[in-house]
Amino acid sequence: MDIRKELEKRILVIDGAMGTMIQRHKLTETDYRGERFKDWRSDVKGNNDLLCITQPDIIKGIHKLYLAAGADIIETNTFSSTAIAMADYDMQALAYELNVAASRCAREAIQEFMAENPGTTPKFVAGAIGPLNKTLSLSPDVNNPGYRAVSFDDVVAAYYEQIKGLVDGGVDVLLIETIFDTLNAKGAIYAAKKYFRDHHKVELPIMISGTITDASGRTLSGQTLEAFYTSVMHANPLSVGLNCALGAAEMRSYIEELSQLATCYTSAYPNAGLPNAMGEYDEQPHETAHFIEEWASQGFVNIVGGCCGTTPDHIKHIADNVRKIKTRELPVMEAVL
Amino acid sequence: MSLSIKPYLRLSGLEPLVVRPETNFVNVGERTNVTGSKKFARLIRDNQYEEALSVARQQVESGAQILDVNMDDAMLEGVTAMTTFMNLVQSEPDIARIPIMIDSSKFEIIEAGLKCVQGKCIVNSISMKEGEEKFINQAFTCKAFGAAVIVMAFDELGQADTKQRKIDICVRAYKILTEKVGFAPQDIIFDPNIFAIATGIEEHNNYAVDFIEATREIKRLMPLTKVSGGVSNVSFSFRGNDHVREAIHAVFLYHAINAGMDMGIVNAGQLVVYDEIEPTLRQLCEDVILNRNNDNNEATEKLIIHAEIVKAKGKIAIKDEAWRNDPVEKRLSHSLVNGITDYIDIDTEEARQKYATPLEVIEGPLMDGMGIVGDLFGAGKMFLPQVVKSARVMKKSVAILTPYIEAEKEERKQAHIAAGTTNTEAAGAAKILLATVKGDVHDIGKNIVGVVLGCNGYDIIDLGVMVPADKILETAQREKVAIIGLSGLITPSLDEMVHIAKEMKRRGMTQPLLIGGATTSRIHTAVKIAPEYESGVVHVLDASRSVTVAGSLLSKEQKMDFLTGIKEEYVKLKHGFDNKKTVKNYLAYEEALKNKVKVDWNNHVTATPGFTGTRVFDNFDLAVLRPFIDWKPFFITWEMHGNFPAILTDSVVGKEATKLYKDANDLLDKIIAEKWLTAKGTIGFWEASSEDDVVEVRTGNEIVTLSFLRQQIKKAAGQPNLSLADFIAPKTSGKKDFIGAFAVTIDGIEKHLEKFEAGHDDYNKIMLQALADRFAEAFAEALHLQTRKEFWGYDKEENLSNEALIKEQYNGIRPAPGYPACPDHTEKYKLFDLLKATDTIGIQLTESLAMYPASSVCGWYFSNPGSQYFGVGKIQRDQLEAYAKRKNMPVEVAEKWLRPVLE
Repeated sequence: MDIRKELEKRILVIDGAMGTMIQRHKLTETDYRGERFKDWRSDVKGNNDLLCITQPDIIKGIHKLYLAAGADIIETNTFSSTAIAMADYDMQALAYELNVAASRCAREAIQEFMAENPGTTPKFVAGAIGPLNKTLSLSPDVNNPGYRAVSFDDVVAAYYEQIKGLVDGGVDVLLIETIFDTLNAKGAIYAAKKYFRDHHKVELPIMISGTITDASGRTLSGQTLEAFYTSVMHANPLSVGLNCALGAAEMRSYIEELSQLATCYTSAYPNAGLPNAMGEYDEQPHETAHFIEEWASQGFVNIVGGCCGTTPDHIKHIADNVRKIKTRELPVMEAVL
Repeated sequence: MSLSIKPYLRLSGLEPLVVRPETNFVNVGERTNVTGSKKFARLIRDNQYEEALSVARQQVESGAQILDVNMDDAMLEGVTAMTTFMNLVQSEPDIARIPIMIDSSKFEIIEAGLKCVQGKCIVNSISMKEGEEKFINQAFTCKAFGAAVIVMAFDELGQADTKQRKIDICVRAYKILTEKVGFAPQDIIFDPNIFAIATGIEEHNNYAVDFIEATREIKRLMPLTKVSGGVSNVSFSFRGNDHVREAIHAVFLYHAINAGMDMGIVNAGQLVVYDEIEPTLRQLCEDVILNRNNDNNEATEKLIIHAEIVKAKGKIAIKDEAWRNDPVEKRLSHSLVNGITDYIDIDTEEARQKYATPLEVIEGPLMDGMGIVGDLFGAGKMFLPQVVKSARVMKKSVAILTPYIEAEKEERKQAHIAAGTTNTEAAGAAKILLATVKGDVHDIGKNIVGVVLGCNGYDIIDLGVMVPADKILETAQREKVAIIGLSGLITPSLDEMVHIAKEMKRRGMTQPLLIGGATTSRIHTAVKIAPEYESGVVHVLDASRSVTVAGSLLSKEQKMDFLTGIKEEYVKLKHGFDNKKTVKNYLAYEEALKNKVKVDWNNHVTATPGFTGTRVFDNFDLAVLRPFIDWKPFFITWEMHGNFPAILTDSVVGKEATKLYKDANDLLDKIIAEKWLTAKGTIGFWEASSEDDVVEVRTGNEIVTLSFLRQQIKKAAGQPNLSLADFIAPKTSGKKDFIGAFAVTIDGIEKHLEKFEAGHDDYNKIMLQALADRFAEAFAEALHLQTRKEFWGYDKEENLSNEALIKEQYNGIRPAPGYPACPDHTEKYKLFDLLKATDTIGIQLTESLAMYPASSVCGWYFSNPGSQYFGVGKIQRDQLEAYAKRKNMPVEVAEKWLRPVLE
């Protein structure tokens, strides 16, 4: 089962938000802790990634809802499963285990879904690699612009461990996502290349997805879209794209630009619009799907889906709307200037 | 059709830097280098990083496109210094904007630098001096960080000095990098070593030539790679004599760039212009660099002696002030080309007093000077930093002039108030948005346009340079601007403009779009941009024209006509271009015949005319025709070009045009009231059917065979090769179809002309002729209308404005034999026979097939809703022969009549 073969044929759909779906379960601190962490030294409510260990059935259930909605790619619940991010809960030692557990949840969800729906198109697990809560290009101290809260080597070590867990857990691709500091992403790319070289393994495909934070058209670390793309090209990624921060309406021009730049496949999974005053996402499934359908028909994208605020319903509308649309053709890389 | 992407070297800071063939030369700022700049070294050693940052900032401001950072100093802890400085640089968006070149001979310092930078860097450098294995490992690390690399022409045996050694090492490194490490060729930059020349040692004399020739060969063998070098080395033996060193650098670069050198480490703030080097010095530099006339170090000696003289003269020689004696225009252009701001105040002031208006200073000497700058830049004789300096001088001069321009504006406003006339400059002035498009930084031209339009009373919103499409269009919509002006100097900007035009269409915008800037052109605008956006795209050649264009676009009366005129012109240009493009692409006539217009005859319904045969109008009411008059050609007759009624208020000819229009109408009143002229016309309809390019017309028992010509140019897929015959139902369809014809003339002009002639009244004579012509055309138009609605009646519901009529927005056409769709004049005989036009309304055909009286019009009527005007274009010999044969006409005769459409 090769994801490249599928991408040649059609637009693939990636799943929607995990957090939004977890909220629906209205879990308590006790639920988060489960049996194993009932005496843990700090509060863990909100550590969604931990649920892969304490409530694997809930996570698996959400994956299956997205598969049923038509997602071809489901993301592991590992957005924060690194030693650096887990330090907030004093759970840095669990990083590797979290990634293995999350990959298994996703893998099992697919196995069960395939058994219940024989003959369906291939499904893939993307190991989600989030941006970290510490950033390499920006100083947290306004009075000391040269200061950094974390070093490149620390970042590489944290991602290396995460990637090891994801690969051991059996993911099909690595997805470096919600990138707002390109240097963090470069750390993840560096770690991935190093991991596969150290272990003499065939590299898994890498998907890269950046985040344009506002209407300036730049990442949080200040790069324009083209500069961002140029800075991660060396990953030789399967796909490059955008997710989060913007709704589809605001994302359009960037995804169009990217579709003209990228020699690899392109992906886009926006939020369900911009959050309202209450921080909730109001955009209805058919609205999001309508935007994405237009991108698809313009030939901007190969992989589409949703980010914050999107639900299986959104994904279903998106999948239904793009099913018949031809996927973006890869540009030809010319041999001469 | 899939998109294709070029293998350019792509780097990035906060913004991308794409090295394209037209990039010319990328200059790498060298001052943030502790080995090259004593000042920078001292600042770093003293931990004065804030000030060290300002050195970097100054490099960026002087036009460095990449920043070289080097911390190799025995007194420094290199890794710490690199990390500290790099983190600080990354926190300064105005510096971090450009890509970084991390420069060190110690690889751990390079790695430290790479760990701090989010953009795609260049590593300077790696080499095979310590063997292949180390080279490969270092290359892998660079690749894992996504950096491009500079490879020094250095191997286990040492640094390459001869041309061949340089080439051999580079080729070897290339093979390793591309085959073993998996480097993209465009991410490899070679430094084939620039060594000092004119050292007095004869073996060194050919070093510059070796570099230049090796560069040429490297670029030939490995065309995607780049060549770089540290330029200041070459002049090392003249240290202490900056004047001569700068000249050597300029001459060296000129030749090296021609050979293919792409980038170099230079002091961005200190480059002289090749063409501005004093000729003697330049000649001597050329000899030394190219190792000419240099037996026994002859050229070297000469340069050394000259250098001593120059040095002895000291500052006096360097600051040659002779140009101060030139006229003010020359002085301004000298200041612009050389980036000198010292005298710009007094020179601008002098020019201001010399010229009638301050605007003329801008449009005259200043723009001329910038033109020279543009030419030198284009020829590779000036580099970006120098152009940046020139722009600075320009802006300074414009700033001096601006208050005067403002004052003039105010004066005009006051004059308006005093005179009680409408003050168009008052509040609510139309807004015009200007922007240099994304990816382009050139804004001189756009700024001039802004100034010029601003002083004409428009409210200018200037979004600056590198403006993304979204921002332009959002601002335009939010601010409700009346016009959007885009500017660009580099070729990729052209595509961006096309993109913006598409986006405007997608957003349903209606503002006209102005296109300007050095690479833009009328033809590109017509061919690529205008077809993407219907609400008006106008190429503006220069700033001075922007005013009239804006004026026309913002005038309610003129806008439509203006845009229609432009659109027609562009369609013509595009047509010409399309045809030219495929100049040799003609189909064989047989093939063209197979590519007819596809009409669904099965479902086609032809309206049956109210009568067949002919009908004569021997005295049509002129008063009825009067509103059908198209005035534009009338004014053209008087050599007054412009659209009607805009021409009546035109700033130059408006007064004259108004007077003429009044006189014409006075005369019209008289002509109509006193029945000076008689409008005679005839129309006819007959059953007809087609067979290829022949149309058979049935009149009673007789058949008249009309012959048409077919386009033979190779058309785009799905586009037919048109012939008028295609618009008549083919015999094989079994459908009944009809063709019509008309001829009209204006009779009775002679005796009135004679009367005017007798009175030596040429004015009214020409006026009468012109009006008779207009009447004939109006008559044709009026009859066509009645034909559509009544006589043939195929479009009974038609209800079009006069404007729409002039624009021919109705169904059906009335092409005349001899015109582009049916270029053979001899078919007019058949038309006249069918109509009996000579007998009934008295039009004679001259032997060259002109009609007499001159004020006559004739043509065929086609009712098919798919019928359209077109040009047959050029036809080939095979069609000519077939055409002559079916007309029973000797080929030579056909050739004579059809000459204009033969190749």
